[in-house]
Amino acid sequence: MSLRIVVCVKYVPDATGDRHFADDLTVDRDDVDGLLSELDEYAVEQALQIADEADDAEITVLTVGGEDAKDALRKALSMGADKAVHVEDDDLHGSDVMATSLVLAKAVEKTGYDLVICGMASTDGTMAVLPAILAERLNIPQVTLLSEVKVEDGTVTGRRDGDSASEQLQASLPALVSVTDQSGEARYPSFKGIMAAKKKPVESLDLEDLELEAGEVGLAGSWTQVDSATQRPARTAGTIVKDEGEGGKQLAEYLASQKFI
Amino acid sequence: MAEVLVYVDHVDGAVRKPTLELLTLARRLGDPVALALGAGAENTAGVLAEHGAVKVLTSDAPEYADFLVVPKVDALQAAHELVSPVAVLVPSSAEGKEIAARLAVRIESGIITDAVDLEAGTEGPVATQAAFAASFTTKSRITKGTPVITVKPNSAPVEAAPAAGAVEALAVSFSDTATGTKVLSRTPRESTGRPELTEAAIVVSGGRGVNGAENFAIIEALADSLGAAVGASRAAVDAGWYPHSNQVGQTGKSVSPQLYIANGISGAIQHRAGMQTSKTIVAVNKDAEAPIFDLVDYGIVGDLFQVVPQLTDEVNTRKG
Repeated sequence: MSLRIVVCVKYVPDATGDRHFADDLTVDRDDVDGLLSELDEYAVEQALQIADEADDAEITVLTVGGEDAKDALRKALSMGADKAVHVEDDDLHGSDVMATSLVLAKAVEKTGYDLVICGMASTDGTMAVLPAILAERLNIPQVTLLSEVKVEDGTVTGRRDGDSASEQLQASLPALVSVTDQSGEARYPSFKGIMAAKKKPVESLDLEDLELEAGEVGLAGSWTQVDSATQRPARTAGTIVKDEGEGGKQLAEYLASQKFI
Repeated sequence: MAEVLVYVDHVDGAVRKPTLELLTLARRLGDPVALALGAGAENTAGVLAEHGAVKVLTSDAPEYADFLVVPKVDALQAAHELVSPVAVLVPSSAEGKEIAARLAVRIESGIITDAVDLEAGTEGPVATQAAFAASFTTKSRITKGTPVITVKPNSAPVEAAPAAGAVEALAVSFSDTATGTKVLSRTPRESTGRPELTEAAIVVSGGRGVNGAENFAIIEALADSLGAAVGASRAAVDAGWYPHSNQVGQTGKSVSPQLYIANGISGAIQHRAGMQTSKTIVAVNKDAEAPIFDLVDYGIVGDLFQVVPQLTDEVNTRKG
C-alpha cells in the first residue's frame, strides 16, 4: 500500500536580507528575496529518506502563500518530491498561525495523507508551534522535534532531544512529525532533479476549493493583532581593543567595571 | 479579582526559575492560579505560594510521563474550564510552546509565543516580542478567546509576594488522543552542574575559532569562573565539538542573559538571532572584520587561546 507523505513548507524572506514589516504590520514580502525556509529543507530530506525505505511512497509538498511561494515548491520538487500543492488566495494575506494552520489542515485532508512532516519552525516567525497546532486540528498524534525518524509497518518512531532528557517516541500512522536541523543534512538538487521538477504537477487551490470563507483566514480570521513594530536602535559602537598581550586582563577590568565580577 | 492560569515547569517538585518569573508577570494581570502536573506536583506549592500563587492545582497520573504533550494539554484544558482565567501563561520551552499551542486550538483562542514582556492593556494583555533576529520589537495582543501566551526566560524579575497557595487536586479526564504518542524510553541528560543555558545570567559561548572539542575546556573554565552556562555556535555543534542542546541561535536556544561572551564566533545572522537581546555583549575574535563586533559593548581582537585563559585567571584571582 502506498505511503502518502505530505510535507508542509514555507516560503520566507531571506534572513540575510533586510527584513522588515509592511505598513499593515504584516511581514513585508516584497522588498526582500524569499526562499524555501532552511528548516523545511530538513523536512523534505527526511520525507525523501522515508520514501526510499518504503515499498511505495508518494511525497506531496504543500505551501500556503503568494505567487512567489511556488519557488519553495520548485526547490522541494527538484530535491525529489513527487508533486506539489499551492494554496493561493488574496484573502489569505496577513494570516496568523491559527489561520494558516486551518488552511493547511484543510489542504492536507483534501490531498490525503498517512504522514505529515514539518520543519521545527519557520525562519521568519520562529514560533515553533505550527506542527503541534496542525496535529491538534487533524486529530492525529504529534511526534515532534525529532533528530532521528523512522517509519516502518505503519508506525513512526523517533528521537526527541529535549532540555533535560532524550526521549524515544512512537506513534501509529496517520501521524505528524517535525524534524530539527540535527536530523540530517538536506541534499542539494541535482541538475537532473531541477530539470525533472519542471515537469512535475503543481496543483493550485483557493479558499473555495478548501471550503473556507474569507473571514476565517487572513487578517480578519487571525486571532492575534500586532499593534506596533519598531526597529530597535542599532547598538552604539562599543569599545574594541586589539590584544597586545593584556587583552584578557583588560576584559576582566571591563567586566569588573560592569559589576560582573 | 480576575485569575490568571500559570503552567508550572518543575522537575520532581523543584520549580524552575522561568515559572517564578511568570508569576511576577501574571500578578500584573490578576491573581495567579498555578497548575503543576506529574510526580512531585504537590511539592511545588510552597515556593509557588511564596511567589504569589493564590491557588495551586495539581494532578499526577502516569500519562504525563508515558505519553507526549497531549495529557498535559488535557489537564490545562480542565484547569481552564475550572478557573475561567483572563489569560493562560506558559514558559517558552519547546514543550511549553507545544502544550500552549494545542490548548489554544481547543479553546479557540489566539496564541502569542516568546513574549519578553507583558502588561495589562484595556483590551487584554499586551505582549512585547523580538522579531527578525531581534532587529524589531513588536507589541501584540490576542483578539479572540482567552489569551494564551508563552514567555521567554529572563523576561521578568523573580519577586517574593506571599499568597495563600492553597493546594487543590484537579480532576482530569484524558482525551482519546492523549495516548497517541508513546514515550518508549527517556534518558536524562547528564548534569554538568552549570546553570541552564536559557536561564543563566551569564553565557560563555564558543564557535568555529575554538577549533576542536578538546579546546572547549578553555570555554568551560571561563564559564565556571563566572558561574556561567556554556553555549556553542552551530558551526561548533555541527563539527561535533559540543552538544546540540547547548547550541545558541535560530535553530538552537535563544538566550537573553545579562552578559554574553562570544569566543571565536563570527556572528552570522543565525547566531545573532539567538543572542542579540543579551544585555551586555562581549566578543573575542582574531578577525577584526567579524560581524559580531558590530554588536559588542566590548570586543577584543585577538587570539582566544591567549585572551580567554588570561581572563579566566584574572577572574579567579579577583574572586580571591
